[in-house]
Amino acid sequence: MTILKLVFIELWKRKSQLITGLLAITLGIAVIVGIQSVSVVSEQNVARNLDNLGANILVLPQGASIDNYYTSDIDAPTLPMDYVERILTSTIAGVDNMSPKLTRRVKVGGQSVVLTGILPKSEIASKPLWQSSGLLGSELKTACAPSQSTTKSHGLEDEKLKRKAIDTLNTTDCIAGSQVAKLLKLQAGGSINILGKDFKVVKILPETGTIDDDRIFANLKDVQTLLGIENQVSAIEIMGCCNAISEGLLGKLRNILPDTRVTSINQIVSTQIETNQLMKKVTLVMLIIIFFVGGISIGNYIWANVNERKREIGILRMMGAGRSTIYRMFLLKALILGIAGGILGYILGTLAGVILGPYFAGILVKPVYMYLVWSIILSVAISLAGSLFPTYLAAKFDPHSNLQED
Amino acid sequence: MFLQGENILKQYPHNGGFINALDKVSFNVDQGDFVTVTGPSGSGKSTLLLSLFGLIRLSSGTIIFNGKRIDNISDRHLTDIRKKSVGYILQSFALIPYLTTIQNVMIPLALERIPQKEQVKRATEILDYVGLSDRIEHLPRELSAGQQQRVAIARSIVHRPQIIMADEPTGNLDPTLSLEILEFLKKINRENKITIMMVTHSPVAADYGTMKLHLNEGKIVN
Repeated sequence: MTILKLVFIELWKRKSQLITGLLAITLGIAVIVGIQSVSVVSEQNVARNLDNLGANILVLPQGASIDNYYTSDIDAPTLPMDYVERILTSTIAGVDNMSPKLTRRVKVGGQSVVLTGILPKSEIASKPLWQSSGLLGSELKTACAPSQSTTKSHGLEDEKLKRKAIDTLNTTDCIAGSQVAKLLKLQAGGSINILGKDFKVVKILPETGTIDDDRIFANLKDVQTLLGIENQVSAIEIMGCCNAISEGLLGKLRNILPDTRVTSINQIVSTQIETNQLMKKVTLVMLIIIFFVGGISIGNYIWANVNERKREIGILRMMGAGRSTIYRMFLLKALILGIAGGILGYILGTLAGVILGPYFAGILVKPVYMYLVWSIILSVAISLAGSLFPTYLAAKFDPHSNLQED
Repeated sequence: MFLQGENILKQYPHNGGFINALDKVSFNVDQGDFVTVTGPSGSGKSTLLLSLFGLIRLSSGTIIFNGKRIDNISDRHLTDIRKKSVGYILQSFALIPYLTTIQNVMIPLALERIPQKEQVKRATEILDYVGLSDRIEHLPRELSAGQQQRVAIARSIVHRPQIIMADEPTGNLDPTLSLEILEFLKKINRENKITIMMVTHSPVAADYGTMKLHLNEGKIVN
């Protein structure tokens, strides 16, 4: 016989009370786990959609116009190439990939086209839409996932992690957008003279429906030399983590890049931010409610249990159980209830998310195993907090008067 | 002196004043004594019994146990003395209803953190001693009153106490069972040299005492 065994026996003998005591905390934890499971997948979905749009942050010189996000780099003033290095060497988290570029309108074959210098390996360009072109090489290494919670441990593949970058783009190679190829009658393998230099057209991009259709892409170094703008770029496109953006990535970038305009795809990002913040608020509100309701419920259950067992407490005190033993007895019970409530709440909440997610949110929810740990920690904390006062009173009971209880 | 009480006073507030449940009670008990405490209802018998080891705190007076003063020590130390040196038997048996016979008997050993194997061994031996070896897995409600009191006796001696405090141990039993329990207590007293202090209403039970205290209105009258 040990105090722990005594607690287990007592719990087992009073099963119906145990179930009642567990109900509130289990349901509370289940609600939080359910909301969190759905919101995490929802965030991942939005982040993935955002990711599919490609770069979501644009760094431009202060004087550049940002009336049109996608064309703001054309003929814009320039900023030092060093800024790329500055971002890379900073401790700012959430920058997945960067693409510095220099863009200018040039005359080719009597036609005005947009020439964009890009850095191989880092170019995001038209992003997923380029994937089908077949010119992309190795997988892009990302600094972080679009959402901090987007990891393979959740059982979901991150699209961005599979994104491929342009491995090489020789100084005599260029890539042509579909529209400009039609305009200049370009073909893959053909050649084109730009500003007096011959380039080999290594690929005609498929039609993307974006500004890229009207551009010719060449190696950044080459374009800088051709345009006579060494070590300068007109824009740095950044693929930023969605959560990092909501946590102030833009501001952090502005701090290290003076005289620049750092902008994002505002509407999309703010929608994501609002969604995330709403879910966080809902979870926080639920957490507060659960803390009080669950704590009061467990406290009430323990108090009823203490009252019901006054005589037993008296007997134990008579036999030499100290106050610490009484504390241990009831707090162990609260601990067991907390652990059980956490596990059951996690299972219930996860099941609710998995079953109801597709119906109500149109998303496929998968279990987040880390929530099991958090559920138990939260449930135990609530349970212990709710039990402290009744346990304190139980330990203070006068053993003699409780021996008279029948 | 094994157990000594001097000028024990216990007062309860009543109608703006105080009433004396124990009024300057003094006594001396030697090790191995079988003390019976008698007196009419409300004379302070149970109060005396329960106050000696701190279940009721005294208003004043001195209690000396094994040569040490214990009336002014902390609750923690008194608890420790009860755990190691005292066994209690109450009229209502005071068994924990959801524990089996052997589990009830093992509680004092559990409180002393004696290893599980040793607990089982000692509890089994004691239950055999009180004639309940065939009832070890029974719950209290599955036992007769006499059997329940024998479980309580087993529980009171399993940790080898120096003294047993029995508060009307035969109060809920018929005369035959009462005699059985009294004989049993006598046996424990003689065989194990355990001091017994027993509160009783019954003159028959009182005759078992080698030392008799009679209380009336909180005072020892002989």
